[in-house]
Amino acid sequence: MSPLLEVSGLTVRLPVGHQPKPVLSDVSLTIAAGEALGLVGESGSGKSMTARAVARLLPPGAQVEGDIRYAGTDLRALRGQQLRELRTRVAVVFQDPRAHVNPVRRIGDFLTEALRLTGRVSRREATDRAVRALDEVAVADGRRLLDRYPHQLSGGMLQRVMIAAALLTEPRLLLADEPTTALDVTTQAEVMAIIDGLRRQRGLSLLFITHDLDLAAAVCDRTAVMYAGRIVETRPSALLHGHPLHPYTAALGAARPSVTTRVDRLATIPGRPLSAFEVPDGCAFAARCVYAQDPCRTHRPELASVDEGEVACLRAEDLRETLAVTHG
Amino acid sequence: MSAIGTAVRPGAGPGTRWRGRLGPLGVVAAAIVVAAIVLAILGPTLTPHDPNASDLSRAFAPPEAGHPLGYDGQGRDLLSRLLAGARTSLIGPLAVVALAVTAGTAVAVAAVWAGGWVDSLVSAVLEVVFAFPGVLLAMLVAALFGAGLQAAVLALSVAYLPYTARLLRSAALTEREKPYIRALEVQGASGMTICLRHLVPNLAPLIAVQATLFFGYAMVDLAIISFFGLGVRPPSPDWGVMIAGGQSGVLQGYPAESLLAGACIVVLVVAVNILGERLGGTGATGGRGGRLRWPRRWGARS
Repeated sequence: MSPLLEVSGLTVRLPVGHQPKPVLSDVSLTIAAGEALGLVGESGSGKSMTARAVARLLPPGAQVEGDIRYAGTDLRALRGQQLRELRTRVAVVFQDPRAHVNPVRRIGDFLTEALRLTGRVSRREATDRAVRALDEVAVADGRRLLDRYPHQLSGGMLQRVMIAAALLTEPRLLLADEPTTALDVTTQAEVMAIIDGLRRQRGLSLLFITHDLDLAAAVCDRTAVMYAGRIVETRPSALLHGHPLHPYTAALGAARPSVTTRVDRLATIPGRPLSAFEVPDGCAFAARCVYAQDPCRTHRPELASVDEGEVACLRAEDLRETLAVTHG
Repeated sequence: MSAIGTAVRPGAGPGTRWRGRLGPLGVVAAAIVVAAIVLAILGPTLTPHDPNASDLSRAFAPPEAGHPLGYDGQGRDLLSRLLAGARTSLIGPLAVVALAVTAGTAVAVAAVWAGGWVDSLVSAVLEVVFAFPGVLLAMLVAALFGAGLQAAVLALSVAYLPYTARLLRSAALTEREKPYIRALEVQGASGMTICLRHLVPNLAPLIAVQATLFFGYAMVDLAIISFFGLGVRPPSPDWGVMIAGGQSGVLQGYPAESLLAGACIVVLVVAVNILGERLGGTGATGGRGGRLRWPRRWGARS
């Protein structure tokens, strides 16, 4: 069976100054129907840009190469009505719900708008469905909420409304771009539980973007780790989390402080993350990698199949044992 | 339960809220504007005398019983002429504002939404129209197609369009880049829907301020055009025409007609501008949208 979303060889260049500079290089990923893929990386690693490319939300002037297919159709070729049609099948939940809602319209207008635009649904029917959708995202008194304005809602409540809005058009793929980053910790857990539950109930495919490796591992079937505009490791979440094969994945995992042991100094990855266009000839992570050797600085590693997934590291096989030990 | 209702402080009725928004000066301005509108509607029926009945023996006669403002140079009752002139004097600028702001908004939003070369072309064309002074353009049109209110209104609308379009274009550009517009796009909303239901309504405070500013300009410009005899034709009563008609009186030491008509224009223009500034500055999206604040040392209210 062909995957629901198939991205292959995606390269995006954005005009910085006068020169187009790459922000994504040769990104390939697939999501099967009902599958959840986590996309993890530091700020600027290109994870949001990948989602924006899929949702056709790249800034003007972006040069795109490669192939993005949704259920077999080439997304990059869609125009006008077909593109709008697609956008009801692929829903997006953004990081900051408050910025992504028209502040002067009521919640009810916001929720029913998409329906009335696309589904030829009556106002009453649209309202009923909005209330049902709110019920699905664990908002109990949805009907009362419809009369409120966005500023009267808490961030967590508003994000639930956004998720409800995304679900109203019955999408098959949900692109969640750090949906919980702007929320406080307890609300984060609730919202994650809602997204996870909905995905399982409705058989949604999910592209879950986060910088939290543990969270991605907990929610997603497979996790892809991005660094400097490239995917460096894609493997089933449990394997990737427990036995990382790329030094960067291992370092990300180690940088997360443990709750059970006390340390004097939190672990960090030395150096700073690179943008895709700053990457030298060799491996992008070489300058920050404690295991880097001379070949790493001159040869760029390609993604190679390994352990039910792929990893782009010249020393992946050598380091297998070392990483497993230091990570544990 | 209305959400707006909950936002109001308990105990504050709608009247208090409006007064709070407008401030004392704003309330006075609002009263003047409302009075002007009432006059424009009822004015011609309120005239104590026929505004065009002339009694040359009473030319420039001072106020007397039944004629509280006296007579003009042709012995016509001044109060009656001011009242009768209110309608044309208000309808002209209103039409200019409606045309210029509607067309300007449409052009600006369409250009911003299309982007790319369309936007560049529209901006370039607007720059060219900018080069023509509005009043001169209006006079040219009037000279070509005959004098009259319609020609003057149309020409002024065209002359004002680039001003509204340029301002709204920059505002629409900022608004278009906001995340919520992007969110609407990924929801599958069409460009038309987003523009009409979200973009334009959210620009409304700015549009309102522009409209009131242009009302003032249009009123003065139309008066100028009438003054030169290319707008409303005498003997129809119009404030601009009256300023022009009072010229000879000014030279002979009877400035009443020009002064009174001029005062009507000045008071109304100032009132409309204050009202627009107060309403626009406290629109739905808060302070955005060209709020003109009084300098603090003049005793700013807010």
